[in-house]
Amino acid sequence: MSIFVDENTKVIVQGLTGGQGKFHGLRNRDYGTKIVGGVTPGKGGTDVDGIPVFNTVKEAVEATGATASFVSVPPKFAADAIMEAAAGGIKFIVCITEGIPAHDEAIVFNRLVEEFPGVRLLGPNCPGIISPGKCNIGITSGDIALAGGPVGIVSRSGTLTYQALHELSQQGIGQTTCVGIGGDPVPGTNFIDCLAAFEADPETKAVMMIGEIGGSEEERAAEWIKHNMTKPVVSYVAGVTAPPGRKMGHAGAIISGSKGTAQAKMDALREAGVHVCLNPTEAGQKMVEIVKAL
Amino acid sequence: MDLFEYQGKQYFSRFGIAVSPGDVADTVEEAVAVAERVGYPVVVKAQVKVGGRGKAGGVKLADNIDEVRLHAGNILGLDIKGHVVHRLWIERSSDIAKEYYASFTLDRPNKMHLGMLSAQGGVEIEVVAEENPDAIAFLSIDPVRGLDLGTARRWVADAELDEVAREQTAELLVKLYDCYTTGDCDLAEINPLILTPDNKVHALDAKVTLDENASFRHPEWEEFRATETEDPREKMAKEKGLNYIGLDGTVGIIANGAGLAMSTLDVVNQVGGSAANFLDIGGGANADVMASALEVINSDPKVKVIFVNIFGGITRVDEVAKGVLEALKRVTISSPIVLRLDGTNAVEGRAILAPHLNEKLITEPTMLDAARRAVAFANA
Repeated sequence: MSIFVDENTKVIVQGLTGGQGKFHGLRNRDYGTKIVGGVTPGKGGTDVDGIPVFNTVKEAVEATGATASFVSVPPKFAADAIMEAAAGGIKFIVCITEGIPAHDEAIVFNRLVEEFPGVRLLGPNCPGIISPGKCNIGITSGDIALAGGPVGIVSRSGTLTYQALHELSQQGIGQTTCVGIGGDPVPGTNFIDCLAAFEADPETKAVMMIGEIGGSEEERAAEWIKHNMTKPVVSYVAGVTAPPGRKMGHAGAIISGSKGTAQAKMDALREAGVHVCLNPTEAGQKMVEIVKAL
Repeated sequence: MDLFEYQGKQYFSRFGIAVSPGDVADTVEEAVAVAERVGYPVVVKAQVKVGGRGKAGGVKLADNIDEVRLHAGNILGLDIKGHVVHRLWIERSSDIAKEYYASFTLDRPNKMHLGMLSAQGGVEIEVVAEENPDAIAFLSIDPVRGLDLGTARRWVADAELDEVAREQTAELLVKLYDCYTTGDCDLAEINPLILTPDNKVHALDAKVTLDENASFRHPEWEEFRATETEDPREKMAKEKGLNYIGLDGTVGIIANGAGLAMSTLDVVNQVGGSAANFLDIGGGANADVMASALEVINSDPKVKVIFVNIFGGITRVDEVAKGVLEALKRVTISSPIVLRLDGTNAVEGRAILAPHLNEKLITEPTMLDAARRAVAFANA
């Protein structure tokens, strides 16, 4: 099984007629994802390589029965695009847009909770989600993933997600689902949401969790793991050597005072029984050991 | 983007928040002119983005024109923790009856805004939080609903501010919240927020951090950007559109993706080296980007070796390899380059580089191997 998406998930792409949306949307379709439509205001009735384009999400949902949306629009339009998706009947929204103002993200998060409690947002500023062999929404290259499980991956970083997939696939270890939750300060989906879904998924036997400096999501995840997780978790936290007070590329990756350091996160995870590794390769090797011993 | 105190105060003024009358001065004569205009006594304040100005002699009271000359002359050019003072803020000195603290920031775990208000201002809020946490009234604010005056009134009472200050402070907090949200701040902090002996409340300091992601709706931020003093390496990188942070080590780093770049720093550190920088070239690692990246790193005299760590996803490694060769034609690089190329089309990429490899252009199969090789060069 997979989490959040599967081979039957019907997906629309908001921004399909734009450069990024078209590039990744078509790649996702080539991978086998059911990309059933696109949305661009004013371009309804046209198509992109045979994929019908609609003016609104509501029209797209009515015509195609889509339940998921891939949001690839510029930062200034992203908040509205996400809310339109939720109002239009979409249940799972993946937003890859980088550079959305933090205040917009905070408002979107709280409006979704209050007005559309059944809707899940993944991202913003994330690589997306891939369930190898079934569904790929976002920018992850399908070539580096391997179908068949038994590992679930959840990560705050894009390239480190690819690195993790690669480390496992090379060793012949497949993945059930790989979720990139993104590096922004207000992620729609957090570590705990994914860990809980992996814990509940019978095909996922172990979980790789990749964190980074900033915030306290890793510490909260550690607390949750300690009390709820029965499956083994291997973790790597990037940014041990990051200087305090500087944003390391991701808006969310900043150490404030003594809070948010990689060391504090690793200590919390270790204390929760997680296998904490010092670099992505070591994490891959540890996971290979664990899977072989299953 | 962090603002200078004077910029923070100017930003506050736009939202109707009371600050002391004053102006900026870049020379002694300008300082005198401002002082004569606002009236004595004045405070002469160094404009640097670092704490502890007062202790370093960067904040002085002046009662007359001679004192303004003396202090402005001494403070301009002063080095405060590595920050040289180029600009002063001269403002009318305020008599202080009470010092409070007020701020708004994002409470990330709760995805709400967090207001902090305390009757004990003038000291670092971290110290108050540590020693006397009950002295801070925390307010969680739903970003959708915002902060209304009624809530602000209850909040100032909770914080046990002096009765005479409450209504004015409640009104000021609503304005500060507006500045924080409409003004797209990551942090809007007033410390101290003062009550004067004649019962007026106003901001005596301003600490504002702007969310650069919101630049598109704030063309007025351009003036703040112009005054950003920074590391010359960072300035060059910014001009070339690179995401670069200067550090103190000897291993220059180029990686694609923020997470991988951070991870590269960590691995270099683990094998006994230290990074000279953080540099994320993002998704499109073409020849132009690679040449710019190599150029910026090459300009750093501390760099002894360059470690290029690329994991191809959407970015194809063969394109990266071509980019490196093209870049090397354009820029003469003095340090050896160690590359680790993996992911999409890695085999093709390595094959492209193969005929060009020599003792100063080396590939290694894994991130760890490449880090060891680079550090060996750096420590040789």
